[in-house]
Amino acid sequence: MRLKFSHPVQTFAAAAVLTAMLAACSSPPKTAPVPAGAPTTATPTGAAASTADSAALARAQHDAAARDSAARVAAAREAAARKTRDDSIAAVRLLASKTVAELRQTLLATVYFDYDKSDVRDDTRAAIELKLPILAANPRLRVRIQGHTDERGSDEYNLALGQRRAATIKRYFTDHGVDESRVEIVSFGRERPASAGDDDAARAKNRRAEFEILSGAEALMAPK
Amino acid sequence: MTLRSTIALIMGFGALGAAAPARAQDSTRGVRIGLTYAPGTKPGVVVAPVGGPFGDSLQAIIQRDLDFGDRVLVVPAPGVVTMAAPGGAVPNYGLLARLGAAALVQLVPDGGGHYTITVHDVGAARPIESREVTLPPGAPAHLWRYAVHGISDEIEKTISGTLGMAQTQVAFVKGGRVWVTDSDGAVTVAVSDGSALSPSWHPSGRQIAWAALTDAGTRIQVKDISTGKLRAVNATPGGLNITPAFTPDGASIVYAHGQEDGTDLWIASASDDAPARRLTVGRGSDNTSPTLSPDGRRIAFTSGRSGRPEVYISDVDGTNVELLTDFAFDEQNYRAGPDWSPDGRAIAFATRMGGQFQVATISLRDRVVKVLTSDGKNEDPSWAPDGRHLVFTSNRTGTQELFVVDVESGRIRQLTHERGARLAAWSPRFGAVK
Repeated sequence: MRLKFSHPVQTFAAAAVLTAMLAACSSPPKTAPVPAGAPTTATPTGAAASTADSAALARAQHDAAARDSAARVAAAREAAARKTRDDSIAAVRLLASKTVAELRQTLLATVYFDYDKSDVRDDTRAAIELKLPILAANPRLRVRIQGHTDERGSDEYNLALGQRRAATIKRYFTDHGVDESRVEIVSFGRERPASAGDDDAARAKNRRAEFEILSGAEALMAPK
Repeated sequence: MTLRSTIALIMGFGALGAAAPARAQDSTRGVRIGLTYAPGTKPGVVVAPVGGPFGDSLQAIIQRDLDFGDRVLVVPAPGVVTMAAPGGAVPNYGLLARLGAAALVQLVPDGGGHYTITVHDVGAARPIESREVTLPPGAPAHLWRYAVHGISDEIEKTISGTLGMAQTQVAFVKGGRVWVTDSDGAVTVAVSDGSALSPSWHPSGRQIAWAALTDAGTRIQVKDISTGKLRAVNATPGGLNITPAFTPDGASIVYAHGQEDGTDLWIASASDDAPARRLTVGRGSDNTSPTLSPDGRRIAFTSGRSGRPEVYISDVDGTNVELLTDFAFDEQNYRAGPDWSPDGRAIAFATRMGGQFQVATISLRDRVVKVLTSDGKNEDPSWAPDGRHLVFTSNRTGTQELFVVDVESGRIRQLTHERGARLAAWSPRFGAVK
């Protein structure tokens, strides 16, 4: 539950982060996979020789498993890195041809959330990732992220939920190299709805993070 | 038997600005002779028509206050002519008894705002208490009305043995500002300028804290109602600062503060910028809306630490946390906004039932839950200082308004007609704490 709520952003870069972590601790792996049916420990009644054989066999299996594991981890890491690189190149390519007004629009595009949730939705991840190259290309740019909720739930508790939504996006940014000092967060709970209605469509519009430029947008540069 | 009464100035009453209110109060008290009426029933009370200027207002305000107190049954008064027994000034006790009255309240103007108030025991056919009070000039302005509420509370005490709560106020939020209204909803005054949420009274009634909402974030502010002075709590600068609650000694404020990894409860000085101390260890969860036990040793709050919001209870230092609202109301559990009763025995809160919030109380002795509402969405309950009434927000009329429920009888009345009132906080008794 804690992962779900407090570190929802981890899913976005799961591959990259996970492979890095695995690589760091993969030699030797602490829990190498063992082929099914293979003796894993010496039998208590076994002779010294067979114990030695077993140990050698186990060691060999262990090493092989480690090699397999390391290879898999390396491949996964490479694939993830390639995907991140490709995505990033694609994003930069997409943004490079945009006008200043379009860049601003991309940067300020609202991000929506599910009811009572603060994790990034699959269908909004691309919109958040498009903001990253703009932040990278404009290091003086400072933004404020506003977290909002719909009108359901406790007015007071909704302020904490809005804060959590803004914090989720901020962490997404900082995990991708945006300096912490460039991103402020604020929550308005349900106090400043985007849509006045109380039907499902209006509520979906109100569960959101809005973006506001604080400074450094005088000459917005497109990523190159 | 006549008791001389004095008018005490209650410094805490400041929603009017610099004007100080008057409250009818005994300087001395004689031996009380109890009213005779059937046990287990509400005594019927007739408030006799009052002469002199604004006599009708006086009678109406006192009748309504006694009615809202829910401890007596207000019986419509017969005409002045039939009130007195034939041939004298003695009340027609026989007629009053037939009307169902156990008590008669008489206010006789003596000129200059002076009144002699007499409470009669109808069954025993004699007066049981009499006192003289002076109302401030300016009837029927707010200060005068407020003094009349004090008279109602004393009358309720004479009849039922328990001081009424007419001379209290309710703070609430409307259109982003904090407002204060009297217990009968008659006079409403704005006390905050900007956008503010979650008002909370100092135990003296002299200050109100709230969360001020700005473009850059939320912060706790404290307003001294009598001087108008506004102070910001800067102990946890930046981030989320919401849902303040004064400790019962009035020295500290407990509130919810959050940055990037969840929202926890913190305690800060109510008067200076000494460093704040964190109380809850939410480990990234959201913890809001604290309420303190009357002895100041325990705290209840809303927490999402197990996923959905629930009401938890802990020692005031944040240790010994336990889930309070462990009750299968609904699969979509959501409990929030606790308020500890003035007698310490129960906590009121809002619980989602069938997709809609309802106001409930939970007894701390046996954890018995009593749901008090069923019509519309009802939330954010706050106890009156009599420990018997709760004010809460309801959308049953189509817009958010404040309602009052008598937790003993379940009787509900509408307090505001504001089209958008919420987040109510009932004041303490003014002057009860320095």
